[in-house]
Amino acid sequence: MCAVRNKQSRNGRRNRSEWFGVDPVISVGNLWKVFGSNASQVVASDELKSLSRQELMDRTGAVAAVRGVDFDVAPGEMFVVMGLSGSGKSTLVRCLTRLVEPTAGTIMFEGENILEADAKRLRDLRRNKFSMVFQHFGLLPHRTVADNVGYGLEIRGVPRAKRGERSQEVIDLVGLTGYEKSYPDQLSGGMQQRVGLARALAGDPDVLFFDEPFSALDPLIRRDMQSEVIRLHREVGKTMVFITHDLSEALKLGDRILIMRDGQVVQVGTGDELVGAPADDYVRDFVKDVPRSHVLTLKWIMRPPRPDDELDGPELSPETVVREAVRSVLGADKPVKVVRDGELLGVVADEEILGVVAGEV
Amino acid sequence: MVAVAVPRRQIPRKALIVGGIVLAWLVLWLVFRNVGTLALDASELTPLHRWINSVNDAVGASRNSNPVFLYFFNEIRLVIDEFVTFVQALIAQPSFGRPVPVIGWLGVVAIAGFVSLAVAGWRVALLAVAGFVFLGLQGLWQESMDTLSLTLAAVVIALLFGIPLGIWAGLSDRANRIMTPVLDFMQTMPTFVYLAPLTLFFLIGPASATIATLIYAAPPAIRITAHAIRSVPHNTVEASESLGATRKQTLLKVLLPSARKTIVLGVNQTIMAALSMVTIAALIDAPGLGKTVVKALQTLDVGTAFNAGLAIVVLAIVLDRVTTAATERRSLPRWAFFGGFGVTGVAVYFSYTYLWAAEFPSEVEIGSSIRKGATAVTEWVQDSLPVITNGFKDFVTSVLINPLQALLAESPWFLVALVIVALSFLIGGVRAAVVSAACLGVLVATGLWQDAMITLASTLVATILVMILGVVVGVWMGRSRRADRFIRPILDAGQVMPAFVYLVPILALFSATRFTAIIAAVVFAAPVAIKIIADGIRAVSPATVEASTALGSSSWQTIVKVQLPMARRALTLAANQGLIYVLSMVVVGGLVGAGALGYDVVAGFSQGQLYGKGLAAGVAIVVLGVMLDRLTQAAAKRWTN
Amino acid sequence: MARHSVLGAVLVGALALAGCGGAKVGDSSSGAAGDCGTFNLAVNPWVGYEANAAVLAYVAEKELKCKVTKKELKEEVAWQGFGTGEVDAVVENWGHDDLRKKYIDEQKTAVSAGSTGVKGQIGWYVPPWLAKEHPDVLDWNNLNKYADQFKTSESGDKGQLLDGDPSFVTNDEALVKNLNLNYKVVYGGSETALIQAFRQAEKDKKWVIGYFYSPQWLLNEIKLEKVKLPEYKPGCDADAEKVACDYPDYDLDKIVSKKFADANGPAYQLVKNFKWTNEDQNTVAKYIAEDKMKPEDAAKKWVEANGDKVKAWLAKA
Repeated sequence: MCAVRNKQSRNGRRNRSEWFGVDPVISVGNLWKVFGSNASQVVASDELKSLSRQELMDRTGAVAAVRGVDFDVAPGEMFVVMGLSGSGKSTLVRCLTRLVEPTAGTIMFEGENILEADAKRLRDLRRNKFSMVFQHFGLLPHRTVADNVGYGLEIRGVPRAKRGERSQEVIDLVGLTGYEKSYPDQLSGGMQQRVGLARALAGDPDVLFFDEPFSALDPLIRRDMQSEVIRLHREVGKTMVFITHDLSEALKLGDRILIMRDGQVVQVGTGDELVGAPADDYVRDFVKDVPRSHVLTLKWIMRPPRPDDELDGPELSPETVVREAVRSVLGADKPVKVVRDGELLGVVADEEILGVVAGEV
Repeated sequence: MVAVAVPRRQIPRKALIVGGIVLAWLVLWLVFRNVGTLALDASELTPLHRWINSVNDAVGASRNSNPVFLYFFNEIRLVIDEFVTFVQALIAQPSFGRPVPVIGWLGVVAIAGFVSLAVAGWRVALLAVAGFVFLGLQGLWQESMDTLSLTLAAVVIALLFGIPLGIWAGLSDRANRIMTPVLDFMQTMPTFVYLAPLTLFFLIGPASATIATLIYAAPPAIRITAHAIRSVPHNTVEASESLGATRKQTLLKVLLPSARKTIVLGVNQTIMAALSMVTIAALIDAPGLGKTVVKALQTLDVGTAFNAGLAIVVLAIVLDRVTTAATERRSLPRWAFFGGFGVTGVAVYFSYTYLWAAEFPSEVEIGSSIRKGATAVTEWVQDSLPVITNGFKDFVTSVLINPLQALLAESPWFLVALVIVALSFLIGGVRAAVVSAACLGVLVATGLWQDAMITLASTLVATILVMILGVVVGVWMGRSRRADRFIRPILDAGQVMPAFVYLVPILALFSATRFTAIIAAVVFAAPVAIKIIADGIRAVSPATVEASTALGSSSWQTIVKVQLPMARRALTLAANQGLIYVLSMVVVGGLVGAGALGYDVVAGFSQGQLYGKGLAAGVAIVVLGVMLDRLTQAAAKRWTN
Repeated sequence: MARHSVLGAVLVGALALAGCGGAKVGDSSSGAAGDCGTFNLAVNPWVGYEANAAVLAYVAEKELKCKVTKKELKEEVAWQGFGTGEVDAVVENWGHDDLRKKYIDEQKTAVSAGSTGVKGQIGWYVPPWLAKEHPDVLDWNNLNKYADQFKTSESGDKGQLLDGDPSFVTNDEALVKNLNLNYKVVYGGSETALIQAFRQAEKDKKWVIGYFYSPQWLLNEIKLEKVKLPEYKPGCDADAEKVACDYPDYDLDKIVSKKFADANGPAYQLVKNFKWTNEDQNTVAKYIAEDKMKPEDAAKKWVEANGDKVKAWLAKA
C-alpha cells in the first residue's frame, strides 16, 4: 500500500478509475442520519426521503443531516469531504465511527458492516483501526502532552513503559520533541493540534479521520499544519478522511474530494475533475475563483495535434499541473506533446497555457 | 385595547393589563377588605397541625420498639456519632484516657500549614497558620476545633454522598430532573424546621448536628458536581470515545479530572454552607463556636458573641482560601514536601507528648480585647444611631411594608390567589400559572395563609431593598477595582458571620419589628446580590463601554444605558438569589419581630403543642420559595431573551 | 487529615455493621447506683436555669465525684432526651403541663423530683421609670387610657403588647380580647428581643409593655414592675379561649428520667434534695449574666458562701 502511494508524486494524481484497482477500505452505502424523535419513520418512507431538508423539517420536525450518501475510500487515499457549514459533513464523519449513530445505510470497513458491530467490537475498532483529530483538539487539560498522546494506548491497557516509548516516537514524528511535559494550555493552537495528531497516530490506526482540524488556527499555522499532514501522509501512508470547509485546503490535500450540500453528495472527484468538469452550477460557482493553473493538468487543456504541429518537441505527462508546465511549454518553440505510456494523447502550445493563466487575471 | 397591536406596542399593552389587574385588585380590596383572609391566631391550630403533633408523639413513643428505629436510624446515628467523636478525639476533646486531644494545637497548626502548602502554596499556608494561631489567641482554641471537627465530619460525609450523586445527575438527565426539586427543597427548607424532627429521629448532640449540617451542606456539592460534569467540553468526551474508551474510562480519565476544578469549588461551597450551619446546630447541642454565640446572646453579650463569630469567619476564610487555591494546578518541590512533612511530623509528636504544645498557652490572649472592642462599638451604635434609624424605620414601614401587607393579607385569599395566578400567566405562561396555583393551594392547606401573606409582603420589601443596595454598591464595585478590593472581603465576612451576632445591635436600633427582620434579611442577602451585580457589570465588554465613552456619554449615561442593560442577566440572577437568601432568613426574622411564618417556626421548635404548626409554617416557607423562584426565573428568561 | 477521617469512617462503619443486632438507644446510659458515674444534666437556655445547673454540677463534681455532662437544649428537646437516656435531669421546669402529660403520664419516661424552691411568675411588665411616673399603669383597668402611648409601627392604631418568648405558652391574645383592651399582641420572637426592648425603654424613657417573667437575671439590672391583671383563681385558665385572669404562680420543679430515679444514685439524691430561693438563684444568675463569670466559678463562689445549704442537700444522700 505504501509502496503504491510513494510511487505517486503529489502532483501526479490518479483519477477515479485508477483508485479502484484495489478493494476500498471504507465503503459507504446510502447513509442517512436524521435527527428527531421520528427519525426511523423518515428513513422508512420513500416519500419523506425525497423531500428537501426544509420541507422535511416543516412536515415532521426532523432534521436530515446526512441524506443517502454513497462513496468509497481506497487504501492509502487522502479523501476530503468538503462542504459549507450545515452541509452535514461533520455529522457524516461522526457517523463513520458511530460517534453519531447513523439512522440507516451501510458502512463497510474492510468488508465488515460496522453498523452491525456491538459495543465491544465498536470499541475494538476505535482502539485499533480508527482514530480522529478534532476541530477543537479535545485534549485533556489535566494531562501533559506525553500523557495526552498516550491516552489511547492507556485505555487499551498498554503498559506504561511501552506507552512512553510509543508516545515519544509519535511526538518526535509530529515535531513536538521537548514539549512532552508541557500542559495543553501552555501550547499554541497549532502545537495543541499537533498533540491531537500525535494522539491519533499513537495507536497506529488504519484510518485517520480529521474533522476540520485546522479551521481554528491562524492562516500561517494552518499552512504549516497542512504541509505537516501531507508529509505525514507520505511517511506513514495511512488512509485519511479529511473534513474541511475550505476549498483550497481540500484541493491542496485531497486525492479525491467529495462535495456535500444539504446532506447530499454533489460531486466526487479529483481536484482537476471538479475544476475542469463541475457537476453543476453549485460546484462551478464554488471553484470559480480557484487558480486553474494550480489545479488543472495538461489533459484538461490539451488539444489534438493539428497537421501543422511539429511533433518533435518535449514530452510531458497528462497529469502534469499546468503551472508546472508553463516554463517547458513557453520555453519550447514547438508544441509540447502530452504522452502516456508512449501514446500521444494531444499537444499543448503557448495559447492553451496562456488561455488558462490569463483567465485567472 | 381592541385595536390591532403592532408588535412594537405589545409591551406597553402587557403593562396595561398588569396595571388593570392591580387596579381591579385595589377596588375589590376596598370592597372585600378583611373578608376571607384565613387568619389564624398565634395559639390556634388546624386539624392538620394537630395531626402532625400526634404523628410526632407516636414516633417519639415508639422509638425503642420500632424496627425502623432500631435497625435504621439508630445505626446511622451510631456510625455518624462514632465518626464525629473520632475526629473530635483527634483534635478537639480529651480522649483515649488523655487529658488532652491526641493532636494538640501545635500539631493542628502544623498540619493545617502543611496541607495548605501542599495544595495551595506558601502564601495560603502562611494565612492558614496565622488564622489558626489567631483562633488560639482569641481564647477559643477548643471551641474552634470542635467546630472544625463537626464541619469536617459533615463535609466528608456530604461529599461521600454528594459527589457520586452529583456525578449521577451529571450523567443522567432523568436523575438530574428528579434531584433538582429535592435539592431546592433541602436548601429552602429553614433549618429550624428540620432541627426538631431530626432530634426525633437522631436524638440530640453531635450526630444529629452533623446530620442537620449535612442536609444543608450536601446540595451545593451535588449541584456543582453535576454542573461540572455537564460542562466538560463535548469534544473532549468525544475525543475519548473516538479512541475507544469505555464509559467507565471516560468517566474516570476524562470527566472527573476535567471537572476537578469545578468540583473543588463545590467542596468549597459545601464547607462554607457547613460552617454557616454550626450556630444553628448549636440549638441541638452541637459543640463548638456556635454554642458560645448562642449562650452569649442569652445575656445579650455581644462582645463574646462577636469574638466567637469572628472565629467562625477566620475559619471560613482559611478553609475558603485553601480550597479555592486548590483548584489551581501546582507542584511542590520534593524537598519542600518532605521538609514540610518532617516538620509537621515533629510538631504533631510534640503536641502529643508535651503539654505546652498540646494546650494553647493562655498567657497570650487577645480575645478579651476583641470582646471589649465589639461591646464598645455596639454600645456606641445603640446609643447614637437610633435617632436617625427610627425615622427611616417608620418611613419604610408606613410607605412600603404596611400598604403591601394590607393588600396581601387583608384581601380575601381567593382574590390574592387569582391575582397571583394571573400575573404568573402574564410572566411565564401556562406553566408558571399552574405552578403558582399549586403552590397557593398548598399554602391554603397549611392553614397559614394570612401568615404566609404577611411574610410574603416583608420578603418582597426586603428583596427590593437588597436590589437597591445591590445595584448601588454593585455598580460601584463593578466600575472601580479599588472599591471592589476594599468591599469584597467585608461582604465575604458578612456572609459567614452568624446572623445571631448582629441581631442584638439591630434590635437595639430598630426594636422588635418587621422592619428589624427585614434589615437582618437584607444584611444577609445583600452581599450575594452585590457580588453578582458587580461581576455582571465587570463582565460587560470593555469595548462597548469604550465605544459609549467615545460617543461622549457621561458616567451616568454609561451606567444606565450600557452597563446595567447589558448586565441584565446578572440583575435577574441577583434578584432571584436575593429572594432565596431573604427567604432563608425568614425564621431568623421570627426571632426579632417579624411574626408570621418565621415566628410560627420558632415557636414550633420551642413548644411541643405548636410543633405541627411550625412544621406547616416551614413547608409554607418552602412553597413560597418555590413559587417566587420559578416566577423570577420565568421573568428572567422573558427579559433576557 | 481528610484521608484519616475517611479511613476512620470506613473502620467505624465496618465495626458498627459487624456488631449489628440493632443497637438500642439508652443502653449506654448512666445512673449506676452507689457509684455516681455520669450525670447528664440538661441546660435550658436561660440564665436562671443555668444558675441551678451550675451549682448542681459543681456540687456533683466536687462532692460526689460524678462526671457531669451538660447538654445545652431547648425544653422540649431535653424532655425527649429522658426516653433515650441522653438526659438524666431537667432542674428548672416552668409548668409545661403538655410535656408532663406526654412524658410523665403517657410515655412514662420522666418523673417529677420536687420543687426547686424558686417561685416563678409570668405576667405583663413595664419599665421602672414608667411605673414611677404613671403608677396607675400598673392596673390593667387603666391600660386603655394609655393605649395611644404604647402605639408602635407594628401595632397600627392600637397599643402594642410585646410578646413572644417562643418557649412559653401565652394567653395574651385571649386576655387582650376578653379584657376588651385596645391593644395588639406583637410577637418579638425571642427573649433577646424582649430584654433589648425593656433595656432601651428604661434608658430612653420609652413606653413599653410586654410579657416577661421572674426570676430572670435582667430583673437584677432593671426592676421591671408587674402589671396587675384580674386575680388568678384555680381553673380560670382552663379554657384557653376564655382566659381573663392573671397567670398562675409557678412552683418551679425538677424533672428527672425514670431510669435515673429508679437507679436512685447519689446524683439523683442530690437533685431531689436540691432546694433554694429566688434570691439564691438571682445571686448566681447575676454572677453569670452581669459579672460575666464562668458558670463553675459563679457556682463555686456561691457554694463557698452557703456551705450549710449545700450540706443539707448532701446530708440525706
